Amino acid sequence: MSGAYRLPSGGRINRQKPISFTFDGKKYQGFEGDTLASALIANGVLLAGRSFKYHRPRGILSAGADEPNALVGVGRDQAHYTPNVRMTMQELYDGLVAESQNRWPSLMFDVGAINDMLSPFFPAGFYYKTFMWPRKAWDAFYEPKIRSMAGLGKAPTEADADRYSQRYAHCDVLVIGGGPAGLAAALAAAESGARVMLADDQPEFGGSLLAETEATIDGKSAIDWVAEMVAALKARANVTLLSRTQAFGYYPHNSIGLSERLTDHLANPPAHLPRERFWTVHAGEVVIAAGSLERPMVFPENDRPGVMLADSARIYVNRYGVKPGKRAVVFTAHDGAYRAALDLKKAGIEIAAIADLRHHPEGPLVEAAKAAGIDVLPGTSVTGTAGRLRVKSATLARIGADGSAMDERQVECDLVLMSGGITPSVHLFSQSKGKLRFDEHLKAYVPGRPAERERSAGACRGLYALSAVIADGFAQGEGAAKSAGFGGVTARTFAVAGTLESDPGSFLGAAPHGRDASRVKAFVDFQNDVTAKDIRLATREGFRSIEHVKRYTTTGMATDQGKTSNMNALGIVSEALERDIPEIGLTTFRPPYTPVSFGAFAGASRGDLFDPVRTTPIHGWAAEQGAAFEDVGIWKRAHYFPKAGEDMHAAVERECKAVRDSVGIFDASTLGKIEVVGKDAATFMNRIYTNAWTKLEPGRLRYGVMLREDGFVMDDGVVGRMADDRFHVTTTTGGAPRVLAHMEDYLQTEWADLEVWLTSTTEEWAVIAVQGPNARKVIEPLVEGIDLSPEAMPHMSVAVGKICGVPTRLFRVSFTGELGFEINVPADYGRAVWEAVFAAGKAYDITPYGTETMHVLRAEKGYIIVGQETDGTAVPDDVGLGWAVGKAKKDFVGKRSIVRDEFQKPDRKQMVGLLTDVPAEVLEEGAQIVADPKQPAPMTVLGQVTSSYMSSVLGHSIALAMVKGGRARLGETLYVPMPGRAIPVKVVEPIFFDKEGVRLNG
Amino acid sequence: MLVIPCPYCGPRPELEFRYGGEAHIARPEDPSTLDDEAWGAFLYLRSNPKGLHAERWRHIHGCARYFNVVRDTISDTILASYKVGEAKPDMDALARILAGGPRAAAGEEKSK
Repeated sequence: MSGAYRLPSGGRINRQKPISFTFDGKKYQGFEGDTLASALIANGVLLAGRSFKYHRPRGILSAGADEPNALVGVGRDQAHYTPNVRMTMQELYDGLVAESQNRWPSLMFDVGAINDMLSPFFPAGFYYKTFMWPRKAWDAFYEPKIRSMAGLGKAPTEADADRYSQRYAHCDVLVIGGGPAGLAAALAAAESGARVMLADDQPEFGGSLLAETEATIDGKSAIDWVAEMVAALKARANVTLLSRTQAFGYYPHNSIGLSERLTDHLANPPAHLPRERFWTVHAGEVVIAAGSLERPMVFPENDRPGVMLADSARIYVNRYGVKPGKRAVVFTAHDGAYRAALDLKKAGIEIAAIADLRHHPEGPLVEAAKAAGIDVLPGTSVTGTAGRLRVKSATLARIGADGSAMDERQVECDLVLMSGGITPSVHLFSQSKGKLRFDEHLKAYVPGRPAERERSAGACRGLYALSAVIADGFAQGEGAAKSAGFGGVTARTFAVAGTLESDPGSFLGAAPHGRDASRVKAFVDFQNDVTAKDIRLATREGFRSIEHVKRYTTTGMATDQGKTSNMNALGIVSEALERDIPEIGLTTFRPPYTPVSFGAFAGASRGDLFDPVRTTPIHGWAAEQGAAFEDVGIWKRAHYFPKAGEDMHAAVERECKAVRDSVGIFDASTLGKIEVVGKDAATFMNRIYTNAWTKLEPGRLRYGVMLREDGFVMDDGVVGRMADDRFHVTTTTGGAPRVLAHMEDYLQTEWADLEVWLTSTTEEWAVIAVQGPNARKVIEPLVEGIDLSPEAMPHMSVAVGKICGVPTRLFRVSFTGELGFEINVPADYGRAVWEAVFAAGKAYDITPYGTETMHVLRAEKGYIIVGQETDGTAVPDDVGLGWAVGKAKKDFVGKRSIVRDEFQKPDRKQMVGLLTDVPAEVLEEGAQIVADPKQPAPMTVLGQVTSSYMSSVLGHSIALAMVKGGRARLGETLYVPMPGRAIPVKVVEPIFFDKEGVRLNG
Repeated sequence: MLVIPCPYCGPRPELEFRYGGEAHIARPEDPSTLDDEAWGAFLYLRSNPKGLHAERWRHIHGCARYFNVVRDTISDTILASYKVGEAKPDMDALARILAGGPRAAAGEEKSK
């Protein structure tokens, strides 16, 4: 048996399939087709959680996605645990484990409930007021305390073990919502031949019809009609049906985010299924058929377990076959609740009374209620409820014209059903930037002018009668198909019978109760514990905009985003400020409509796939040698090669010495490479680089500097002229994509007349740098067809030949100041050639070195690194590259900028070297430089240290720095202020080793 | 996600593109003839309108070409897409199409 509150028949549950589950450690039974909420209700459990701020006991309020109270943690272990799951959306499966939240030690007895007594101290914005003094206590005490007291679920402690997938899809018409309007819209669109997708958040299609027991459509019961519609859609190849799929976000250009839940309802999910699938759908046309939300009534103690939305109670009875209680009081201001009362009565629930705020309710539903013997009390309000963990009684009072309460009386009940009217679900429409319009009769916002190729259908645009909703759905579906270029839909009508027409009018704001308003708690936002009093207080304290009221009171925030509360909050603000609702505005609807797992957004981008990594062909070798790696952009580069017992400092010292004394080998494959080819290649190079290229002969290299149009150094690199019409350009490791985009930009948009082609060849070539006095001796035996003698192949030359039988572009070039070669070979041969060179170098104790040693060696020579010495505000002359600017050239990118007077000023920051008095003292990179260390703060800063290393070869630390008027300060002593002291430094030329370049030309 | 019509490849998701700033700002034929103020204006002054904006995009993960788009910066509606070197469309005419709603704008874009 699945609980004392289970009805003997009816509902969309499978009574042949009983299911066991536990809630807070206690075992219960439900049926297949139940939600966690309906199964608990079947067992007489309505107490579902404790509230956010006051820890008040809270029950199940709704039956759908709008649930603010019944949030639980679900999962068999921490790796499969989801907090804040709405019980109303959690399908039951065998072995489901759920626990309540925000209570200690138990849901029945919660110590935190003391907050409820202390509530006079926690008004709206209390944390801005109460905990202001002493100031320091906020960070140390108040904030952490508040944080631990407040809140709902707890984040799991283990990484999510589930898998999530992502998918893109295109369709002509996307229909959001599979209720009566959505099904009709999908059918109409499908008949036109358009590609249709239909998404619905429930496990089965039908929407409100799943709880419809009276109406017939075309002579069939609602449920049979739904089955027929779904079967017709399924039979069509041009229709994709997605159930358990929430459309959560409407993004520009009809891009819709869908979140499909695939395994949350399964006891034993098959291994191949992801937990969720995240869809990005590009739709030609969108039909929103999102339905409507029921609005609670705001009255004192309206948050007690047993207070429920009227139509939700009807859904529990009709769809799930459970009784939410035995004796109900209904509190309403529109006809919809009468339908609920009638259905509940039919199911055997006693209706103690219908309290209707309207003084003269009338119409077929009201008459039907009276005819059924229900006590209808016009002009009556519920002014309070009693009961500890469940409603025991409600207090009813007649409301006078002045809002006073008369003839109060208590009515025993275990259920209070409330309905203030319907709120069309305009969230997605509003997300699409469509303009909303306030409907006075509905007292709700409805869609106005659309901003996307979208149309709303049915209840989400304020239609209420089932016949109108279905007809509208069909019409909008047909219209959407037509707009997407499909037609030929046969007109169709749907005959709806058996339902009583009703007035969708409604009530907004707080109901009158005649009690001391400063003492009662009439909740507006259940999830954030915001009362009518809090909202009035905010308006008294000067908040006028609803956006500010929201942030001050927190109404409409958190996981439900105010689905049940926003309109009532607006009503209260409107009343308090005596301004019309449209004047007060509406808070912005933002995606997601309902919470979406982080995992779904992340998809496969986790762990190793979170951030792609680039490795060179020689990476494996370096890893085998035990190299330490560093990240350079997304490249992994060997940082240094420690031998047993060495730290970085010792390894770098050894590597530097090896290069200076004999020979080192370095993987330079990450250098950006661009092949510039074509009749006008030299012209193009002249315009892009500061240097002159026309006279560079094939077979020669040149160091090139590239500026942005504003004159600042953008990139640099060695360029080889391979032929009259072909350049082998290298760029910095991180700059390659930027440089190629820069070149393409000019080539495509400014100089389209030039015959030039640019090709990224970064990953085509492996680059092996062999550097040191013995470099030539190491490679000479391996090279064929190239004369390596200094005369035939001087510094800054390039030759084409073979190495180890592999074609090579051999550069004689140096970033170390030593005799050096950079061997370019096709990437696939990179490791083999590297290993051959390494083997050949054994005789010279060839030493692999990493980027740290490369940095030290180049700094000893004063070679800059773009992005380290330069920071986007340096022109070539600032970093000593004035020589690389072709003075005779009429124009190049950046030329007009660097001739500006500003850049000729002698006090610009210029690159210099710094030497400390104490040889072992290594300055901190980024440290500031001043002239007077005794000057009180703020000090006059002259510049900053850009590169700083211990040079073991020189036996002294070295640094490069950018210093104002630096070149005129050579010989001066400046200071680098550090905590507690200032380090004196001597300004020197930015070149520390082999100033004459003898070794380079060896 | 925007769907951007590449004049060479057709409509593609925004992920494939890189934004390229305002369109129709030609580099002066001979920058040396510009005074500092005029050169500064070329470098830095951009129109940043609320409304129709002619802007450059590059189909970096597709054909790699630059092209121009007219986009409404309020609604993100794209009203035109054309190749580099082609004339800037009649912006007033596009504004009138935009006023006709999202479907009119989509029709305009399709017919390009």
